[in-house]
Order: sequence, then C-alpha cells, then structure tokens
Amino acid sequence: MDARGCELGLVPGLSLADAHARVPGLVVWPHDTSADGAFLDQLVRAFGRFTPMVARDDPCGLMLDVTGCAHLFGGEAGLMTAVGSLCGRLGLQSSCALARTPQGARALSRFGRPGTVVAGGEDRAVLRRLPVTALELPPAEEQALRRAGLKTLGDVDHRPRASMAARFGQDFSTRLDRILGLEDARITPVRAPAPVVADRMLVEPLITTEPLETVLGDLLADVAARLEARLSGARRFRLTIFRIDGQVRQVGLGVARPTRDVRSLQRLFRERLAALTTPVDPGFGIDHLRLEARHLHRLDPVQVDLDATSNGGEALDGLIDRLAVRLGPEAIRRVRPGNSHLPERASQWTPALQPETVDGFPWPEREPRSPPLRPLHLFDPPQPIEAIALAPDSPPARFRWRRIDHRVTRAEGPERIEAEWWRRPGHRVRDYYRVEDEEGRRFWLFRAGSYGADPPPRWYVHGLFA
Amino acid sequence: MSPSATLSDLRARLSLQSPASHRPYGARLFDIPATGRGAAFSADALHEVYAASTRHGPAAEGFGLGLALQVPGTLVWIHEDKGRHEIGTLYGSGLREWGVGTDNLLMVRVSSTAALLAAGEEALRSEAPAAVLMSGWGQSKAFTLTASRRLAMAAAAGRTMAVFVRTGVQPQPSAAETRWSVQAARSGVLEAGAPGRPALKVSLLRSRAGLVSGEWIMEWDRDARSFVEPKTSGDLVSVSAHRSAGNRAA
Repeated sequence: MDARGCELGLVPGLSLADAHARVPGLVVWPHDTSADGAFLDQLVRAFGRFTPMVARDDPCGLMLDVTGCAHLFGGEAGLMTAVGSLCGRLGLQSSCALARTPQGARALSRFGRPGTVVAGGEDRAVLRRLPVTALELPPAEEQALRRAGLKTLGDVDHRPRASMAARFGQDFSTRLDRILGLEDARITPVRAPAPVVADRMLVEPLITTEPLETVLGDLLADVAARLEARLSGARRFRLTIFRIDGQVRQVGLGVARPTRDVRSLQRLFRERLAALTTPVDPGFGIDHLRLEARHLHRLDPVQVDLDATSNGGEALDGLIDRLAVRLGPEAIRRVRPGNSHLPERASQWTPALQPETVDGFPWPEREPRSPPLRPLHLFDPPQPIEAIALAPDSPPARFRWRRIDHRVTRAEGPERIEAEWWRRPGHRVRDYYRVEDEEGRRFWLFRAGSYGADPPPRWYVHGLFA
Repeated sequence: MSPSATLSDLRARLSLQSPASHRPYGARLFDIPATGRGAAFSADALHEVYAASTRHGPAAEGFGLGLALQVPGTLVWIHEDKGRHEIGTLYGSGLREWGVGTDNLLMVRVSSTAALLAAGEEALRSEAPAAVLMSGWGQSKAFTLTASRRLAMAAAAGRTMAVFVRTGVQPQPSAAETRWSVQAARSGVLEAGAPGRPALKVSLLRSRAGLVSGEWIMEWDRDARSFVEPKTSGDLVSVSAHRSAGNRAA
C-alpha cells in the first residue's frame, strides 16, 4: 500500500466491494504471484552488491547478512543510506532495519520504525518495545496474549519462559529469543558465497566497456593473490557486473586445469567478453564489479625455469581453454567408449572440459591383421535403401541408394546386433554387412528384421568406410 | 678452370636445386611406403588432400587421417559437419577401428570455414598437438592463398603437421607443401569374398619440394599405421584364426 493509496482511504485486507465504494473507477488486476516471485529473484541479484549472502524474506522482502560488509559503505549508517538509495532508483518503497539477528531485523522493519539501526548490544532493549504482532502468531494466539494483558514483547519477555512455553509451545520461545537477539539463526543465502571474492566499487560509474578490462585486471590480481595465499587454483570464475539502475550481469568462465595465472585468465576473459551473444551493456553506468573464484584445488607454486620449455599437457589444456572460450565448451570433445553394443551408442562424445570420470567401459578389442570393422562415417538416422539379397542371410548382391545402383563385388557378414529391448521394445534385430561396390567404395549396410517375418525386413546404409 | 673445381662447382649448384635445400633446419620427414619415395615428405608443413568427388569424401578423410597419424602424439581434428546429409558424420568407433589412439584425440567442431581456419591456426601455433587435421566441405571464399600461407607458416613455426582435407571442391592453388587427390579403390579380397584393407587411389598433384607427381594404389595397414602397397591380387590375405564375423561380445 503506497502513500497515494492511504490518502484515498484504502487499507490492506479491504474487500473489493468496499474498495470500489471508496474509490470509484478503481482498476483491478489479479495478483500474479509468479511474476512477483521472479521480480524478487531479480532483486536478490541486484542487492548482491552489498553482500554475497542474500535471501528472500517472503512475501515481499529481502534479508541481507551484512556481517563484515558495512565498512565498505562507510559504516552501518552509510550502508542503510546506500540500500535506501538503490531502492529509490529501482522505484521501490522500502523500510529497512538492521539488527543482530535476521528475525529481529524482520520484526523491526515491519513493525517498528523504519530506518532503525540497532547499535551493538542494544537488541534486547530496542526490540522489547515492539508490539506482540511482531511475533507473527496465528490470530487466536495473539488474541490470547492480548487478553492476558501482554501488549509488547517486553511484557512477554518479563514472564517466566517456562510457563509461556507450556502454554504456547516450544517454538514460541525460540521465536522470541531470536527476535530479541538472544539466539542467532543464520539465513540460507540463495547462492552460497564463493570461497574467494574480490570487489571493486567505482566512484565514477563506467559508461563504456573499454575500462572494464583494466578493472578486471585489478580484480584478477586480487583474486590471484588470495589464491596464492591459500596455495590453491580455481576452475570456475564468475564476474558480476552491477549497474546503477539495479541490473545485474554475470559472465562465467571455466578452465580445464586449476589456475591462478593472471595473464591467461585475462586473455580468456577478454575472449569470453568478445564472444558473448549479447555484449555487456553499461546502460546508465556500471558502479560495482565482483569477481568470484570457485572449485578450488590445491596448486603448489611452480619453479619457473629460465628457458621455459612448455609442458605438453599444460599447452594442450591452454589450447582447449582458448578454443572453448571462442567456440563454446560443447564444441571441444573427446571420444569415449559407450556402454552399448548398439552402433549409435557404442561410442560417445564427451566435452573435453568436463573432468574425466573413470567409467570403466573398455573399447572392444581390435583384431590384428584385420581391416577396420566399423566405418569412419555414420549416418544419423540410417538411410533406407533397396537391396536384393538371397534369403535368409546372404549379403546383398545389388542395392540402390539415392537412385544410384551399386553392384556388390565384396561382402562380409552378417554381424548380428540385437536391439536393446529394455530401452526400445519393438526395435528389430539387425544383421550388418560390410560391402564394397564395383568402384571400390565400402558401405556398412544392415537389414532390420528377417525374411519371412511380418513386417518384411528393410535395408539401410548406416555408414561409409574410407 | 681445373676439372675438380668445375666438378665441385657443379655439385654446389646441383645441391642448391635439390629438393631438401629449401627445408628449414631440423625439419622432420616421414615416409609413405606405397609411393616408394622414401622419407621425402615434410612433417612440419601443410598438406592438402582433395576428394576426387563428393562421394569419395570418406576416402579422402581416411587418407588425411593416415597422414596425420605418421607423427606420434596428440591429434587435434577440426571439422565442419556441413556434409552430414551426403556422407554422414565422424564415428568414434570407426576412428578407433582405423587405428587412432582415442586418448590422444581431440575433436573440435566449427560451423564455418573462417572459424575452421582460425581454430587451425591457433592449434598449430600452440605447439601442443603433434598434428592438426582439418576437414572442410565445399567452396569457401575464406580459403584464399593468404589463408593457406598462414596455415603453412603456423605449421612450420609450431613444428606441427597440418593436413587439410577438402571435399566437394576442385583443387585450387595454395601454399601447401603437397597436394593430393584421393578416391576409393577396389580392395584385396579376404576369405569368403570379404573386403580387405581399405584401398585408396592417391595422386600426388603437386609438391613444393619438387617431387615428381604420381598415382598409386595404396592400402592402409592399421597395425603398422602406414600406407603400404597392396598385396598382389590373387593372394588371399591370411586372417587370424580367432577372428569371427559373427556376434561380437558387448
């Protein structure tokens, strides 16, 4: 309910008919909870500039754990002003409060005077002045408290705790303790804070993206220094860009090998920013940058030789990283054996950047003095052909593919490959043949189904040999 | 001039014209036994392989792959998938059956020829792989003489072999060390009329080192990892006694 609404005499909880009576010509929309939820999620990210630990405080609030962050904004009072001004820029009406516990802060912001900052140690004294509605109990219980003559939290606190717990339950007592600051329950932030974080707040917001690289260089130097102090390298880096109008943009980077090398990371970030589908838009200005490093692994300092000859494995990982930044991580792949005898799944492509999981599926043995038994190229899906073959399982003598006739001069088969009946019942067994035509081209054909069965068998070309 | 001075002068002039003279110091060479030329092909250079026509695409790729396998080490294969409706896409089990060590293989998929050339140059200069194989499909404005020269220089600088397989396009001038045209050929016959080792008809169109052009039929020997002369026809190639063309254990 905003100021204008109060002027018109509307209060929350009013029925629609009464509202129409007070304000003729009122425009009504149904409440879109999901859109509200999405907006709140966006706010969680925008308010991440103050602290990495932000949580939603339903139905329409945010809880920020600002332990150790207040000095970055000039003390607690400065932090409150900054929060208030961000709310103003976003067009939100807000009431903020700062206390020792999340529950205390919630109670103060909703039921106390907005803008209160509770000085250290004074929680109990300040919060005792709140009315009992701050406990947010069901109406029956609240009424019971009022009938007993307990109007403020101080009155309730005065009573012996044991009898209150007996009457209202144990969590009543816990809730009171948490509000008064006697017990501290941490919030669960939406995203756990990264182990290594570096921030830069810019006095003059950036309105172009060129200086971004310089600031990023500073952030990388900070993060690298902290990683070095921990003797670690990281595999995931995330740059968060906060704009003054509350928009947040995140750019992530993954590397194959844990690293803290500033130069290679700077190069990777540069390529990543250049390869973004929607480039970073500074809007009205960027005033805050944060770099986080996750997935830390131990990385001992390495003695660099004077004539540095590159280590082969490192050079390949560096190449993979650079290509992945430019082409996308899914474009760089390795071949691994699949867990299936079905040709389509006998081998699989796994992205090179994923850490290798030892699955233990071995490749089938390669026979010595044998030509390749699998084609270099495969069609997906197999292409239908017409073939003439002697029943029951001779290789085809002729076949017709894409309106061209091929006469078979050499053939080997059948190699029977059963369908995976547990996955796709109804797929027919296949008899594969390696054939060569009069030109010397070699094909991998198969017949799905057998002669004499119903429906009749069909022939396909599945792959081409070299 | 004395005869010995003339002779040494002549020798000096001839050695300047010999094929090996323009190679950089310490260049590695490899041999294709089927050609009978000896170790005459430079392994730190760009080699181009053209498919004689679109339907011979897999044959050209097989030849390119065989060339790239002549240098042991990591192989980076950069491929466009534009020809997948005509000739299909690369098959992992097939690569393994050809003889590639799959632990040393890195596949890079690109969507345009320009990206192919850029990725190829990056890989060649990084000195990380032992060979870089590039497969392209069709005509492209991006593949100019300058682009091929950049690849050749990157191969020489990075001491890496570069093989460029092109399907669906006629051979065109470039700065490649050797240019080949490949098509499939009839293979030798195994027991019961089975197709034998992959046989290719390979023509050397041009060689910067001055090797004489020629045309050979060669077979890929998986165990020896090289292209060898086909066994004379009429000789049935003996096969391992335990080999079964029937069910293979999963």
